[in-house]
Amino acid sequence: MEEILRVEGLSKTFTLSKKQQKIEGTTERRKVAVDGLSFTANRGEIFGLLGPNGAGKTTTLRMLSTLIKPDSGDAVLDGCSVVSDPEGVRGKIGFLTSELKLEDFFTPNYLFDFFSRLHQVPEDIVNVRKKAMFEKFGIDKFAEVKVKNLSTGMKQKLSIVISLVHNPEVIIFDEPTNGLDVLTARTVTDYLQELRGEGKTIILSTHIFSLVERLCDRVGIIIDGKLTHCGNLNEVCDGMTLEDRFFEIYKEQKGGEQ
Amino acid sequence: MKSNTLTIIKKEYARFFGDKSLVFTSVIMPGLLIYLIYSLMGDGIGKIISEGANEEVTLQVENMPQSLEAMITEADSAVKIIEQPFGEEEVSLLEDKDLNMVMLRFPENFDSTIATYDPSTGELAPNVEIFHNSTNNASERVYQTLTAMLTMYEDGMSNRFDVNRIDCEVQQPYDLATDEEKGAMIWSKLLPMLIVMMLFSGTMAIAPSAIAGEKERGTIATLLVTPMRRNELALGKIVSLSSIALLSGISSFIGIALSLPKMLNTGDDVNIGFNYGVNDYIALLIVIIATVLVMASMVSILSALAKDVKNAGTLITPFMLVIMLCGLLPMLQSGVSENLAVYCIPFYNSIEVMAGVLGHELNWNAVMTTLISNLAYTGIAVWGLTRMFNSEKIMFGK
Repeated sequence: MEEILRVEGLSKTFTLSKKQQKIEGTTERRKVAVDGLSFTANRGEIFGLLGPNGAGKTTTLRMLSTLIKPDSGDAVLDGCSVVSDPEGVRGKIGFLTSELKLEDFFTPNYLFDFFSRLHQVPEDIVNVRKKAMFEKFGIDKFAEVKVKNLSTGMKQKLSIVISLVHNPEVIIFDEPTNGLDVLTARTVTDYLQELRGEGKTIILSTHIFSLVERLCDRVGIIIDGKLTHCGNLNEVCDGMTLEDRFFEIYKEQKGGEQ
Repeated sequence: MKSNTLTIIKKEYARFFGDKSLVFTSVIMPGLLIYLIYSLMGDGIGKIISEGANEEVTLQVENMPQSLEAMITEADSAVKIIEQPFGEEEVSLLEDKDLNMVMLRFPENFDSTIATYDPSTGELAPNVEIFHNSTNNASERVYQTLTAMLTMYEDGMSNRFDVNRIDCEVQQPYDLATDEEKGAMIWSKLLPMLIVMMLFSGTMAIAPSAIAGEKERGTIATLLVTPMRRNELALGKIVSLSSIALLSGISSFIGIALSLPKMLNTGDDVNIGFNYGVNDYIALLIVIIATVLVMASMVSILSALAKDVKNAGTLITPFMLVIMLCGLLPMLQSGVSENLAVYCIPFYNSIEVMAGVLGHELNWNAVMTTLISNLAYTGIAVWGLTRMFNSEKIMFGK
């Protein structure tokens, strides 16, 4: 299979404020969020990063989407480095996370056109793609309704659509079903499988075992910023269920604390 | 201009002009409010001055020399003189502010007393008492007339020379300044501060929401994951905010221009109408655009530093005070600087150029120095804002 993403020695350390130290319950000024992460992803597969809260999944995805810079290491996505060519990377990815919001004041129609222009999508393609995606996600009836008047589920669907206006080759999805109602969650997971069928690569983070089992071709287990295991589900699970295997790995990493 | 910059400008315009309440409060209301407030103030002052101008006033006099009666009626024909002694009880009637009355008491044998009075003896001078109620405009009017007249009467008794007597046969004006120049002086002192404050208020109304607001709402991250370059985003923000703030400033300027003559022409004989040529207007427009660019740049940078819109307001307020202080400087100094280095100081340069243009001292070198230096500051600000958009600590720091 053709490799589309290569991550090598990616690391990120944050300096904690006094308030953050208090929340984290530590006196340490620095926190290693991601520690020398390396993995690859192939074209047309869904790669899942599985780990508990605070493991470094979101930080990894934010570095891959160029929102933050790695302290060391690099990731090369379809020939573009997140360190030396972040604009090139941004043109090839669609990034979606709950921290990305849409302006309440605008309508889905306006936002689709606006982000299409920023992604330099040709005008004739914009309208065709908009019609197809709005219909798929049921946004067409609300195309001229301001975002502030949309339901939470509809806002989430619109966020997905907006992140994919440019039909990117790689889709980076942080906790794709987090906070979604069951119907929207199903629409999203079905759509991810459809995208894989179209040859798109999807990198997602999650802590939901069933989601990984249902969607992912390969999985990386991340604990305390380190990638402990990586491979297809059979390789990682080693004859166990994913959940049992994860807790076994977790105990090994934590030295039997859990 | 790059297409992404234009896309950002269009989006900011759509955001602003699509919000009718924002357009009303930022563009229409400032001009309208200024016009209404200044006009009402002018009308109010004019009304206070004109009220009681022709109302009849009873002047009750005691021991008044006969010679003064004709002088008083000549000075104010609406005065009705009654010769009748009065005591404390009658004086207390003046507490009624609706009573158009003044009481004037001279010492007995006034003319002979003042003729024999010798200031060198150290004795107190004979005292003329004028009782009136200053809250009654007619009473106050007659009091002012009597005071001026009696002062002249006293001067006349020991007259050795006059200064600028106005009854000369050749009426050569003593003050050689024209009305236009007098008006220009007033405009050059007042308007620069008002214009700069209005432009700043306009910038303040929109810029924090456009940058700090995007951080607060989480929409900036959505923009930052697009392939748009950060400098295109910075330039788009600054240009759009500048032009919208300019609209707000123009609205305020129109409000001022229409209402200030009303406020200042309240009985004064100075014509303060706007008498400026095309070059003056072009210079003003150039300097206003240059000013608003620097303002939008500065407010954008402070907004980018802020965590949210409220925090942006806190960061911007000290700068507003500095700008107000710069605006006051033309009132404290005469003329404008000829040193071109002065025109490289942001904000102060704008104030100086505006004061020069409005005072009929247009200096194109100063205008161009201000324009070039302000464009340079804007360029630096775009660079700085680009770096800030690149900084994860500033954009996503908690």
